[in-house]
Amino acid sequence: MALATTSPARVKMSVKSAIKIYDTKSGPLSALDNYSMDIGDGEFACVVGPSGCGKTTLLWSMAGLHSLSSGHITLDDQPVTGPHPQIGMVFQEANLLPWRNLARNIRLPFEIKREKPDQTWIDHLLERVGLTDFVGKFPRELSGGMQQRASIVRALSFKPSVLLMDEPFGALDAFTRDEMNMLLEEIWLETRKTIVFITHNIAEAVFLSDRVFVMTARPGRLAKVFDIPFPRPRSLDIMATREVFDLVNAIKAEIQHRPTMTTSNRTAGAREGSAHG
Amino acid sequence: MVDKQLADKIPTFERGRGNGQADQGVSITNWSALMGRGGARQFGEILAIILVAVVMIGGAEGLLRGLNVPQYVMPPPSAIAVAFYTDFQFIWEHLLHTLVELSAGYVLGAVIGLILAAVITQFPFIEKIVAPYILMLITMPMLALVPLLILRFGFGYEPRIIAVALASGPMVMINSATGFRRVDLAKIALARSFGASTFQIFLKIRVPMALPMIVVGLMIGAIFGLLTAVGAEMVGGGFGLGNRLTTFSSMIQMPQFFAVILILSFLGILIYVIFFLIGKKWASWQA
Ligand SMILES: Nc1ncnc2c1ncn2[C@@H]1O[C@H](COP(=O)(O)OP(=O)(O)OP(=O)(O)O)[C@@H](O)[C@H]1O
Ligand SMILES: [Mg+2]
Repeated sequence: MALATTSPARVKMSVKSAIKIYDTKSGPLSALDNYSMDIGDGEFACVVGPSGCGKTTLLWSMAGLHSLSSGHITLDDQPVTGPHPQIGMVFQEANLLPWRNLARNIRLPFEIKREKPDQTWIDHLLERVGLTDFVGKFPRELSGGMQQRASIVRALSFKPSVLLMDEPFGALDAFTRDEMNMLLEEIWLETRKTIVFITHNIAEAVFLSDRVFVMTARPGRLAKVFDIPFPRPRSLDIMATREVFDLVNAIKAEIQHRPTMTTSNRTAGAREGSAHG
Repeated sequence: MVDKQLADKIPTFERGRGNGQADQGVSITNWSALMGRGGARQFGEILAIILVAVVMIGGAEGLLRGLNVPQYVMPPPSAIAVAFYTDFQFIWEHLLHTLVELSAGYVLGAVIGLILAAVITQFPFIEKIVAPYILMLITMPMLALVPLLILRFGFGYEPRIIAVALASGPMVMINSATGFRRVDLAKIALARSFGASTFQIFLKIRVPMALPMIVVGLMIGAIFGLLTAVGAEMVGGGFGLGNRLTTFSSMIQMPQFFAVILILSFLGILIYVIFFLIGKKWASWQA
């Protein structure tokens, strides 16, 4: 069990001294405070932290969906200033368009980018996640797990090199979540995308990650990074092992022991929860 | 590979089936009230519908004749049918006039209403300024304006077309605006993550999201347009179904009068059915 962290050989994405302050009715609200992390090329990184600590804020900044108050985000050493074609985003709760069937949902990025979809690749992805026979279905005709698989296909369809996932399986039941985690690991092993995955679920983070980044309560700072050394592909059986148990507990302790070690947080009474989660 | 078996194992919840789906939007009508679920396909259903119609019409006929109700109070269905047949040539012309006014005024009003709704909802500031005037237009009885319009534009199509546009436009607008105001930040963020421009977001996210409400607005607008067209024809001018209503009633030609009423009801039903079908095709995702 490693407490010190290895730094990646080749940095794919990097967040440097990120500060994000929201203007709210009750005054400025500090959501990210001097947060930094380097994500290695092809790494699977999870970010965990208490609710409302700024995880979504961090991910949206990385996706170029909103700007930081100060600090830098880089992708392949280039600053990220807006939505980036190399970044695919998987949102909480699938976020499929209910008026489009699966095929047309998956085509959306290409319509917007005015590009021709690589149908062979899309068909391969669909088969990979077992949705080939469902492309004509509308989101409301599919289970939550199927919807989330479709949204992963959509995010991978245009071959981004980085996948940002914001609690993608948060709304799924435990069994479906386990199955999705195994599927995601398989896809990751096949494609070797760089993945930044946000979750509340520490066990999920340990199962999936190469490294787990633990955030403090709001304003989000980096509390600790945990290396997860288990060999791939992992099976769900490892979740019952002593090592995993200890790791999960260590991460849990890290999150709980420092609930609010902040001094700059003057708007502690501001509302909790995410405005865009 | 796990995924193939996974696909079989993960249950499909047919979430669209239950009746817990009426969570979004303000649908003033139940689309299926008229058509039934997917139309009355069964032979038995059709038979029942015909039977009820026959009993109703036959009953009315028998009752009116049996009680000796004079024709100027309420003509029996058979007399209306005869009037329909004998005067159709004559009524037909007026129907065309009404349709011309309705469609011209409606297209004018609906297009302006739609554009206004789309623009205004993008700029909340403008919306605040314009809102009172729109409400005024909606609550103002357009028919009261018709004499004024006639003074200005004469007894032709113009005053009626303007009245129809003024009646249907605000209805289309206010409903469409409700639709355009539905913002789903996550869906907009999704489009933006693919690099969508403001216009693409409007086209790919906002319009489809507003569509169910737009269809409702278009339907209400069309029905208000029809009512206004007929009303305006009753106020002044020498042609159109509304004009026929005043003439027939002043001449106590009740069978003809009711033949026109039937045509108008039929037009109303037609409008409803057309928009029901449009709604089913383009806006069924939320119903
Ligand atoms: N657009 C916004 N305007 C103002 N405050 C915001 C906005 N978005 C988020 N916040 C606030 O910033 C803080 C961090 O929010 P964020 O959504 O990033 O947290 P999170 O870690 O993703 O939470 P959760 O685990 O509940 O998803 C919260 O207190 C939230 O209320
Ligand atoms: Mg969040």
